[in-house]
Amino acid sequence: MGGIKDKVAIVGMGCTKFGEHWDKSAEDLMVEAAYEAFADAGLEPKDIQAAWLGFQFAFGSARGTMLSHALKLNYIPVTRVENACCTGTDAFRNACFAVAAGIYDFVLVLGVEKLKDAGVSGLPVSYAPFWGSRVEPPVPAPVQFALAATRYFHHYGLSFEEGKTTLAKIAVKNHRNGALNPKAHFQKEINLEQALNAPIVAWPLGLYDCCGVSDGAAAAILTRPELAKSLRQNYVLVKGLGLSCGARQAILHDDYDMVHFEETVTAAQSAYREAGIKDPREEIDLAIVHDCFTITELLIYEDLGFSPRGKAKEDVDAGFFTLEGGLPVNTDGGLKCFGHPIGASGLRMIYEVYKQLQGKAGQRQLKKADIGLTHNLGGHPGHFTCAVAIFGRSG
Amino acid sequence: MVGITAYGAYIPLFRLGAGTVGWRGWEKAVANFDEDSVTMAVAAACDSLKGLDRGNIDGLFFATTTPPYIEKQGAAIIAEAADLKTDILTADVTSSLRSGTIALRMAMDAVKAGSAKQVMVTCADLRVPQPGSEHEPIVGDGGAAVVVGRENVIAVIEDCYSVSNEILDIWRLPGDIFLRSAEERFAAEEGYLKVLPMAVNGLLEKCGLSSQDFSKVAIYAPDARRYREMLVRLGFNPRLHGRNILFERVGNTGAAFSFLSLVAALEEARPGERILLAGYGDGADAFVLRVTENIEKLERRRGVNVYLQAKKILPDYLTYARWRSLIDMAPPARRPPLDPPSPSALYREHNQNIRLYGVKCKNCGYQQYPPQRVCSKCQTKDQYTLVRFSDKRASLFTYSLDYLGLTLDPPLVVCFINFEGGGRMQCVMTDRVIDEIKISMPLEMSFRKLHTVGGIHNYYWKCIPARTLE
Repeated sequence: MGGIKDKVAIVGMGCTKFGEHWDKSAEDLMVEAAYEAFADAGLEPKDIQAAWLGFQFAFGSARGTMLSHALKLNYIPVTRVENACCTGTDAFRNACFAVAAGIYDFVLVLGVEKLKDAGVSGLPVSYAPFWGSRVEPPVPAPVQFALAATRYFHHYGLSFEEGKTTLAKIAVKNHRNGALNPKAHFQKEINLEQALNAPIVAWPLGLYDCCGVSDGAAAAILTRPELAKSLRQNYVLVKGLGLSCGARQAILHDDYDMVHFEETVTAAQSAYREAGIKDPREEIDLAIVHDCFTITELLIYEDLGFSPRGKAKEDVDAGFFTLEGGLPVNTDGGLKCFGHPIGASGLRMIYEVYKQLQGKAGQRQLKKADIGLTHNLGGHPGHFTCAVAIFGRSG
Repeated sequence: MVGITAYGAYIPLFRLGAGTVGWRGWEKAVANFDEDSVTMAVAAACDSLKGLDRGNIDGLFFATTTPPYIEKQGAAIIAEAADLKTDILTADVTSSLRSGTIALRMAMDAVKAGSAKQVMVTCADLRVPQPGSEHEPIVGDGGAAVVVGRENVIAVIEDCYSVSNEILDIWRLPGDIFLRSAEERFAAEEGYLKVLPMAVNGLLEKCGLSSQDFSKVAIYAPDARRYREMLVRLGFNPRLHGRNILFERVGNTGAAFSFLSLVAALEEARPGERILLAGYGDGADAFVLRVTENIEKLERRRGVNVYLQAKKILPDYLTYARWRSLIDMAPPARRPPLDPPSPSALYREHNQNIRLYGVKCKNCGYQQYPPQRVCSKCQTKDQYTLVRFSDKRASLFTYSLDYLGLTLDPPLVVCFINFEGGGRMQCVMTDRVIDEIKISMPLEMSFRKLHTVGGIHNYYWKCIPARTLE
């Protein structure tokens, strides 16, 4: 098997403020994110030879032409990608392959989601694996991950209070980071008591264990490293890309433990192999991971190999994943503070890694930021789609 | 000799009673929000099937006054959920409070005539009394089933007698939610108290028996008071038979009432004893049953005994009112409306949804639900045997309480359960008390109505805490 390492460079990125954009359409969000990326790369829309558009929920049109129309990309190929919460990262991944194959010189990847016109709380659709008969229990996202939380507490003998406190610390950390980020939906710190005493959404998860629902868009312009050099010196290199899809093992296998997600483990293995990472805890400088719920982030620490099995709580207690810790996670505030406009999230994560690697992350800037990782996880327990991407500085 | 070969019962877990805020009166059983006459009839049918070969049931009659569909059979759903074979006669006997005894007579005649070897009659009713009405303290929910056959008869049906009578005493129109009734004194004195004795006395005369020949009675009555009056009229000693505990603990379960009384009588019956069974509604049916030695060999079942005692008192009347949609509560969160199920998908999946069939891989032996074309463990394609999970015990692997889910009984308890003997299922837990839910707790499966959307009742299995006596 080959690999993507050092074959693709990011030369420009853009990201809107995430939030409840009652006054902005999906088109507005796409234009804002794309034009920030064009300006960042020093390119114009006419330089783009192909594009990939990621979004999950279609209200009407569900085609790549949404992007062509918004940006007036006249008669170039635009592919729409949808892969649950990995939509943005998978659009990015497919664009990388086209660039690495030498087919195109400059391509645009854009992820967007306009959720807040749906008029409902939570995500507008809960997708059931048995599409037609509707007999499967409704398992909206908070429930899916609450199932893992209940089992994790039981499996490792954590009392409800111990488990909840560990999760609350993750929420407090991400809110602290989000408070430093002008693009975050929620830019407000919370304390442990607030997190612990919040109303229950899906027991044992409370309000602050859940990410918000928001609108947003993010974009990246990719090229080959040799072309990148002509545009800027501090471009960012793609080091590894992993994607893994479950086959409902967690629901079909009575021996599946539900205290880890195998999709994350295997997607990370692929990405680490491509990037040549042997010890992720030591080699990775920052990770922007899929903290749709605090329990998800806790499992991710272990599944990505940052913490030994069952020991993530100790690392949380020690502050290992804070901005000042050994491996800062969700330096931008994560889904917790950005909300989760599905198609945009993966690219929003890459945006933070890109800025950190360039030393442009403002108050959140880490002292050492050479290798960064992004991670998305979406779907249902047992048939998640998981994407892991690894990035490095040029030169 | 034609007679009853097996019996079963079902009484819902929850009761309005002492301790229920907003309820005064005797204790009565109330079906959960996800139960109806079909689901309760399935539970009673499954109780009656203990120790029987499901493949030897040649017919299923479903008796109720509350069928979930006006056009479309309940019996076909029940036969499938009970995993009976398909080359059987199914029928709904409805529209009358004595549907149960009518169906019993039809089953008896079918077996007598030789057109069937064993026929199951399963009855259940979920009649909704108007809050505050004279019916509300009396009407309860429940079901019961008997199997009629020629072999291994536990109670011979010696004879029967029926009368038909046209009267407006209690009735409903299509679309009515609540019961309508005539003045109770008229209904009892001109209807019940006159007509049921016509059937009983006709039967006794025909058989040359008197009330002294019966050690037990299973007689329909609208309530406890009229029941005692009836015993006196029929010449039974009210001190011997005057108390039917069902009135005080379950309520009048409509078409299922005389059967529940019969099950209670059979549970106490000794070989040689005679039981008088009588149903009332638009006339009356009466039966003489004689208990045989076989009753002592019958496999243990829950019957009235266990279901009567394994119960939970509802904390408040408001919960019951929400279950019956007597008040229109706002949903717990702003969520998109449910989509109706697809009839073609429901039909395609009937074995896995209604019979709760999973598969066991012939190559690696792994059991999985729902059925998989390609084995989830060893990837062998299309090599499996079907496995019925509906009567397997399970244990709770993990769960979540969804406080925002669309349900008449929040929170929605979503579970992963592991079956004894292998296999996992993601399902909803019902009949639960939130504070009693614990990982590894023993569970069993219960057939329920998930929801009604687009005019379709979507039936499926949920897990419940194992219904046992503590």
